Amino acid sequence: MGEQDPGTGDSVTGAQSLIKSLEAAGTTDIFGIPGGAILPAYDPLMDSSIRHILVRHEQGAGHAAQGYAVASGRVGVCMATSGPGATNLVTPIADAYMDSVPIVAVTGQVGAAAIGTDAFQEADIRGITMPITKHNFLVTDPDEIPRVVAEAFYIASTGRPGPVLVDVAKSALQARTTFAWPAELHLPGYRPVTRPHAKQIREAARLILESRRPVLYVGGGVIRAGASAELKALAELTGMPVVTTLMARGAFPDSHVQHLGMPGMHGTVAAVAGLQRSDLIISLGARFDDRVTGNLDSFAPGARIIHADIDPAEIGKNRAVDVPIVGDAREVIADLVLALKAEAEAGHTGDYEAWVEFLADIKKRYPLAYDQPDDGTLAPQYVMERLGRIAGPESIYVAGVGQHQMWAAHFVGYENPRTWINSGGLGTMGFAVPAAMGAKVGAPDKTVWCVDGDGCFQMTNQELATCAINDIPIKVAIINNESLGMVRQWQTLFYNERYSNTDLHSKRIPDFVKLADAYGCVGLACESPDQVDATIEKAMAIDDQPVVIDFRVHRDAMVWPMVAAGTSNDDIKYARGLAPEFDKDDL
Amino acid sequence: MSRHTLSVLVENKPGVLARIAGLFARRGYNIDSLAVGPTEHDEVSRMTIVVNVEESPLEQVTKQLNKLVEVIKIVELDGAASVNRELLLVKVRADAETRGQILDVVELFAAKVVDVSPDTVVVQAIGNADKLADLRRLLEPFGIRELVQSGMVAIGRGPRSISERTLRPVAVPSPSRAG
Repeated sequence: MGEQDPGTGDSVTGAQSLIKSLEAAGTTDIFGIPGGAILPAYDPLMDSSIRHILVRHEQGAGHAAQGYAVASGRVGVCMATSGPGATNLVTPIADAYMDSVPIVAVTGQVGAAAIGTDAFQEADIRGITMPITKHNFLVTDPDEIPRVVAEAFYIASTGRPGPVLVDVAKSALQARTTFAWPAELHLPGYRPVTRPHAKQIREAARLILESRRPVLYVGGGVIRAGASAELKALAELTGMPVVTTLMARGAFPDSHVQHLGMPGMHGTVAAVAGLQRSDLIISLGARFDDRVTGNLDSFAPGARIIHADIDPAEIGKNRAVDVPIVGDAREVIADLVLALKAEAEAGHTGDYEAWVEFLADIKKRYPLAYDQPDDGTLAPQYVMERLGRIAGPESIYVAGVGQHQMWAAHFVGYENPRTWINSGGLGTMGFAVPAAMGAKVGAPDKTVWCVDGDGCFQMTNQELATCAINDIPIKVAIINNESLGMVRQWQTLFYNERYSNTDLHSKRIPDFVKLADAYGCVGLACESPDQVDATIEKAMAIDDQPVVIDFRVHRDAMVWPMVAAGTSNDDIKYARGLAPEFDKDDL
Repeated sequence: MSRHTLSVLVENKPGVLARIAGLFARRGYNIDSLAVGPTEHDEVSRMTIVVNVEESPLEQVTKQLNKLVEVIKIVELDGAASVNRELLLVKVRADAETRGQILDVVELFAAKVVDVSPDTVVVQAIGNADKLADLRRLLEPFGIRELVQSGMVAIGRGPRSISERTLRPVAVPSPSRAG
């Protein structure tokens, strides 16, 4: 274009203004694919300080932006062209919306004059993404680009984080404009409340001291808010037991004596029983999701509820609340600690001794366990245990969706926030490889393990090429049970072992070791327990190339414990046909 | 179920109506009536939305509406403490014989005839939903050729205004950690 980089206020193209705006918003990395409508933006991108990572599918760009955001705490950015480029971002945008991940998706749109004419590669991506974005924009006036980008980043990263889409017409990218980064934003309808109300904090403290069977129910909001230190202080000050949801794994150390594990459909017996028999649930950044509550009418029938969330619409949505607290999890927990410390100094503390003993006994009697296959084949849970032990709690673990996700959630062992990344709300198969790639870019000094199923892996594995070419050395552990394992488990339990369309034959096709090799990665295979450590250690020793391990595991392994869908959490089974034995007299 | 009238102040921007209508549709709430128009501030539009829901889903729909970035404020207007009006335009069959009777009805309702042809009249009436329903019932025997009715608009009684707004801008955060 022959344009010199002009200073603030000088004439630039809309495309230059877009790239300057992204730089001003702090973007250092973009995952994307160019195409017709976004093409003008890719020209100034060549001269920018921003690193653009050319992915192989726009879905990969979106999940990579998510992995980047969760691992780093910064806004993840992805870019795509109009029409199919934009619609390929729909799944990651919906995923980010469900899991409150701050990403900004920038898409090209056909020229303003062609909008609404069914032009080539035209799709109304703003209309399509209205229900799955926190907010979205269509820009046809190039002068609006800096303001819109500033608003997009602000909205994505504040309050309850989430995805924001910025759709820019090609004509706006090509037109002349001036660039001026705004100093102030005018968003009269957007005022997230982060400071909790003092009266609600006092009331919560009063209920906590009164209760005999309290549980801290910790959700992903605690991770997003960076509130792990405050949570530990609150737990240790009071001695209250803690459960961490699938989205909150790592928010509280798994090794901590007060930690009961993960609640929900595949939760530990102690975590599920703890919530069910609680007289006070203190929900921190969680949302009483159906996977946690099971049948809502029979969920924790004797519990009063303190519900703290930054999103007022979550409070009381599923379960009636006694003390609602709107606020940022870190500020809420810090204020609770202050209030309870003051009470403790005045001699008021809770009496939870019998409760803690009761739960400790359940935790001891019903630990997470699994059977070793008697034919010498590999148990997937064993792979997770060893991976967690060898790669350690400083590594980041990224999972897809299904059995391997649940085993990874249970058996790796998490000690730190932002070390567990998965698709919780939407349950997106194919999330893991691109999200791991993004996590590695966002946290380059960390070892990043992608734990994936053979089904999930085959949905997005082409991003291994992106990893190999762009020096993003992730490590992939495929838990290959040659099935859509979780669906198969349901067929085993609820469909008389009629395995309709769940057999993937992936111990035969594809050859994952050769596939890894073809993508410029190191491919390893492992099929017996005695090779597991050596194989993981070999992968750990490689840091200049992505590594893929095909763990060929026993296909009949199932995820336990389990609460069947739609039933009460009281009906939890810790293995097939086995219900834990405890009744109300125990307490 | 009960009827509730929500006054919603929104930023006057393209797509706002689609966001609000979409939110009602996907969360399964039925809109009885909806009217959109300008306010005393150029950059603000006002929607009057009548919904038929229970208390607890109403709270949820209000909270969800509040999450929309372009929604500035939501106020539920109490029927007794507010003035509610709808506009009705109805084309009634009228010949020399019936025109006089129709005009009697029009006068009774303080309505107006706004168009006349040899065999029809167009009646304009303003009122609350009940009054307009009564008028329709009385006009029906003459033969209604065509009828159009607006959504309800409503305003609270007394000196208070719902559109005293805070327009305090926020500073653009420096690009660092999102938190």
